[in-house]
Amino acid sequence: MIGALAVLLAFQLIGEVLVQLTGIPAPGPVIGMVLLFLALLWREELPDALRTTAQTLLSHLSLLFIPAGVGVIQYGALLREEWLALAVALVVSTLITVAITALVMRAFVRHRDGNRQDG
Amino acid sequence: MDRIFGGIWVYLASSPLLWLTVTLGVYLAGQWLFQRSGGRALFNPVALAITLLVLLLLLTGTSYSTYFSGAQFIHFLLGPATVALAIPLYIHWERVRRLLLPIVVGLVSGSLTAILSAIGIAWLLGGSPRTLLSLAPKSVTTPVAMGIAEKIGGLPSLTAVMVILTGVVGAVAAPALLEWLRIRDDAVKGFAIGVAAHGIGTARAFQISTLAGAFSGLAIGLNALLTTLLAPLIVRLLHLAP
Repeated sequence: MIGALAVLLAFQLIGEVLVQLTGIPAPGPVIGMVLLFLALLWREELPDALRTTAQTLLSHLSLLFIPAGVGVIQYGALLREEWLALAVALVVSTLITVAITALVMRAFVRHRDGNRQDG
Repeated sequence: MDRIFGGIWVYLASSPLLWLTVTLGVYLAGQWLFQRSGGRALFNPVALAITLLVLLLLLTGTSYSTYFSGAQFIHFLLGPATVALAIPLYIHWERVRRLLLPIVVGLVSGSLTAILSAIGIAWLLGGSPRTLLSLAPKSVTTPVAMGIAEKIGGLPSLTAVMVILTGVVGAVAAPALLEWLRIRDDAVKGFAIGVAAHGIGTARAFQISTLAGAFSGLAIGLNALLTTLLAPLIVRLLHLAP
């Protein structure tokens, strides 16, 4: 487990360093993810420890957002003033985004399937 | 007696241990409640935990920076967790490769919709320019969204809050919405949830199936990359930059 954690941190570190060196307009952890993915494709196997550690970490993904979320406490005044704009924008925009992404994607899945077979 | 408790409180309040432990405890309590409610979406564990913690901080008069000095150890794990998304992606790579075109088209339309609709709706309802800029990257995972907000002139810490509320909305409402739209494919479900509601949505998508979770995780990474490119561009085109 420690070994797997070291692998994840090492790839994050490489990602952060690459971003600093090259100025790629992407965050370090995302570059780290891409690199780890490429490394796995190249090795063509997934070590068990890495699989378990990743699954443990990802099954508690929502825990990791709590500290930043509690930051809402700093914005009492702003929330009182603009709560309507914020609430409507968050809810409606999020729902539209889910719907558009799903509908567009399904249309293209069907289109592709339609080219191969009927239905 | 009061002096003893006062002394213990002064010690604990200044050590990271207290709020780190409380955050974990509150999260576990939120999960327990969520499971007891039969996995009802309204009892979102993140929303429950944040509400409880905010109440606790207000009751004890604790500042956010004191809280965060303990909770930062959890916050830090967002980095390695983002890297770990490579694993479900690798496991489901065959499926992803076959769906490459739908993924790309879905991603671009979803990412554009997320940025433009958030800015547009808040603008219509009289949101201040700073609020609009802080909302623009709301569908992207926290650390990335904060970086984008900083670049386009929003408030990174406000963005973090918007990102998390977006995630909670997505986790609570997206499965029902997708059901209503008669989306049957778990890959499509997961990807749509991930584009709109990043990691908190992904936590929910993993409850649908690991396939949905994998596609949701893929969407987090892809949308982070695309929004990093699109958000500054859109802000410039709309003349929103401060």
